[in-house]
Amino acid sequence: MPADSARPRLAVWKLASCDGCQLTVLDCQDELLALAGEMDIAHFTEATSAELPGPGPFDVSLVEGSVSTPADAARIKQIRADSRTLVTIGACATAGGIQALRNFGDVAEFASTVYARPDYIAALATSTPVSSHVPVDFELPGCPIDKHELIGLLSALLAGREPRIPGHSVCEQCKLRGTACVMVARGTPCLGPVTQAGCGAICPAFGRGCYGCFGPMTAPNVGALVPWLGRLGMPDSDIRRVFATFNVAAFDRLAGGSAAAAARPEPGRRHPGSGA
Amino acid sequence: MTHKRERTLVTAGIARVEGEGSLYLRVSGDQVDEVRLDIYEPPRFFEAFLRGRSYREPPDITARICGICPVAYQTSAALAIEAACGVRIDGPIADLRRLLYCGEWIASHALHIYFLHAPDFLGYPGAIELARDQRAIVERGLKLRRAGNAIMETIGGRAVHPVNFQVGGFYSVPARADLSGLADQLRAALDEALETVTWVAGFDFPELTVEHEMLALSQPGSYPIESGSVVSSGGREFAAAEFERNVIEMQVPHSTALHARLAGSEGTYLTGPLARYTLNSRWLPPAAAAAAAAAGLGDSCRNPFRSIVVRAVEVVCAIEEAIRIIEAYRPPSRPSVEVAAQAATGHGVSEAPRGVLYHRYELDSAGSVVSARIIPPTSQNQAAIERDLRQFVQARLELTDEQLAGQCEQAIRNYDPCISCATHFLDLQVDRT
Ligand code: SF4
Ligand code: SF4
Repeated sequence: MPADSARPRLAVWKLASCDGCQLTVLDCQDELLALAGEMDIAHFTEATSAELPGPGPFDVSLVEGSVSTPADAARIKQIRADSRTLVTIGACATAGGIQALRNFGDVAEFASTVYARPDYIAALATSTPVSSHVPVDFELPGCPIDKHELIGLLSALLAGREPRIPGHSVCEQCKLRGTACVMVARGTPCLGPVTQAGCGAICPAFGRGCYGCFGPMTAPNVGALVPWLGRLGMPDSDIRRVFATFNVAAFDRLAGGSAAAAARPEPGRRHPGSGA
Repeated sequence: MTHKRERTLVTAGIARVEGEGSLYLRVSGDQVDEVRLDIYEPPRFFEAFLRGRSYREPPDITARICGICPVAYQTSAALAIEAACGVRIDGPIADLRRLLYCGEWIASHALHIYFLHAPDFLGYPGAIELARDQRAIVERGLKLRRAGNAIMETIGGRAVHPVNFQVGGFYSVPARADLSGLADQLRAALDEALETVTWVAGFDFPELTVEHEMLALSQPGSYPIESGSVVSSGGREFAAAEFERNVIEMQVPHSTALHARLAGSEGTYLTGPLARYTLNSRWLPPAAAAAAAAAGLGDSCRNPFRSIVVRAVEVVCAIEEAIRIIEAYRPPSRPSVEVAAQAATGHGVSEAPRGVLYHRYELDSAGSVVSARIIPPTSQNQAAIERDLRQFVQARLELTDEQLAGQCEQAIRNYDPCISCATHFLDLQVDRT
């Protein structure tokens, strides 16, 4: 830490992502301005072009985005080396994000779908969470993260307390919020029973089943939920797909590889001329 | 280093843009030879992994292309899919979509005006530093952004990646009473929005007039936001389904974003606030029209530096529209209409805060996506940005590399390039020979 400042230094970094989690950091608005009084924001390109002297070290680094290019694989090692506490924010950084669907496809063929000259594009074959590359201290789930969870985490870190990130399910947050269970009351399929709490159970409050954007809770019982979803009329293909979206890599690990099956385009649907 | 015949300039890090990229300039003597905007946002291959997904999924999936304009992605995706399935949404569901989209415009423009752009005119590195000296001003920007977010939270469930949006409409719709608090918040925000126009209109704007063909949507009778046909200052007029016949995308080696040009034209074109305003200023609602006139905007605006004034006027417009929709709102009998899949191709366009956003989906009879195409505003604008920078740099060659780098960054921020969509910025390199 620089000698002229006893205040902790915060950095916010971006890898492959949509900026939505960083935006949630910016949207802590008042809290952020208050926090800015307690900590120095040493790197946050989206908020300021000012860089405090010297690259690191940083007391807390928030990392958004997954590792999907050779340059980012190198960059995350440097960020880790420069950071005392490293926190991943969001499904991309924590679980590889939606772009991890490439892990189950053929990245060269993906590139040729989007770009006429895929050879111009530098991309790794996989999009992986930060924890696949370097040790991570805390992981905030969500696509995007929840503002209150972020503020809770930063305040705990500032106060030198261990942050508490809940491991229970969205169902418990529905109960707290007083939302009637959408599976019981409306017969709407819902991933709430296996999805990590944090969002405040938004979807059921809007009459929609949870689609798992916070990823799996600690020790989810996916095996018990799947037949229930089927009984509510959700076709198998939809069940596979709903687990294979914003946290595909995390759910896939749990399901022993079956979540990914949905991510593979069927051979008949492939681009003409591409390998199967 | 004006005496040097050759020069190379590199800026590392164009801050306050959504994404990462760099600018390369090659100058021989007093001639700018090459201007290249490199975009190195990691490619995320959305169009590839949309294949095989259900026709109900693209709004949620493509929202994740950009956390700043998810509603734009959701809307263009839903319009395209509904068009493929032969469904047209109107009445209160369409009004609620426009309301939700107004929320995104307010939030996105407030972010750009106060956090990303105004600090340039006032000589601050960012809003955090600006807030240290002028807290009340930054507070006003935050209030505006909160008003936009409040719309997205009320109608969409959350500000980033709303969950309540779906093909055919919404999962649930508010009762009239649910919107009364929101209307009060918006009425208060209208004053802040008007103050914002006055504030930004007083900045010093460098001279620059751009000659691009302007391209925007048109919804005669109202300012275009959530739908419309495409029109241009060159007299083009076409429906979403004709988009790819009119806009041709090319890949360039230095970018993960594709470049676009208009068919039959060698010139560049521009989409976004300047184009929207220039082609639609007569449809602004009353307070926005009055604010634009008071700010000295005229019927059209071709100075990218003044885009901050146009954005401020559009914030007024979006707030007025939101209030009007809420006041007239009667809940639909059902939150969504049935959209049955059919084997067909559909196209959708809407006005993202940064310009026209086009989606195309080809569906099979079971409702699986066979192919998808997305053309975001930033890649459409990239060639125009490069051309403007060439003109801008040419007039400022006497500056040192450092000064030039700073001013170019500022010029780039005029466009509010959302590089997550087109894909991210940073770095300026100048080769002087
Ligand atoms: S986790 Fe979701 S919201 Fe966050 S950066 Fe990734 S795609 Fe965006
Ligand atoms: S209910 Fe589920 S899908 Fe909806 S926001 Fe929460 S975690 Fe995400």
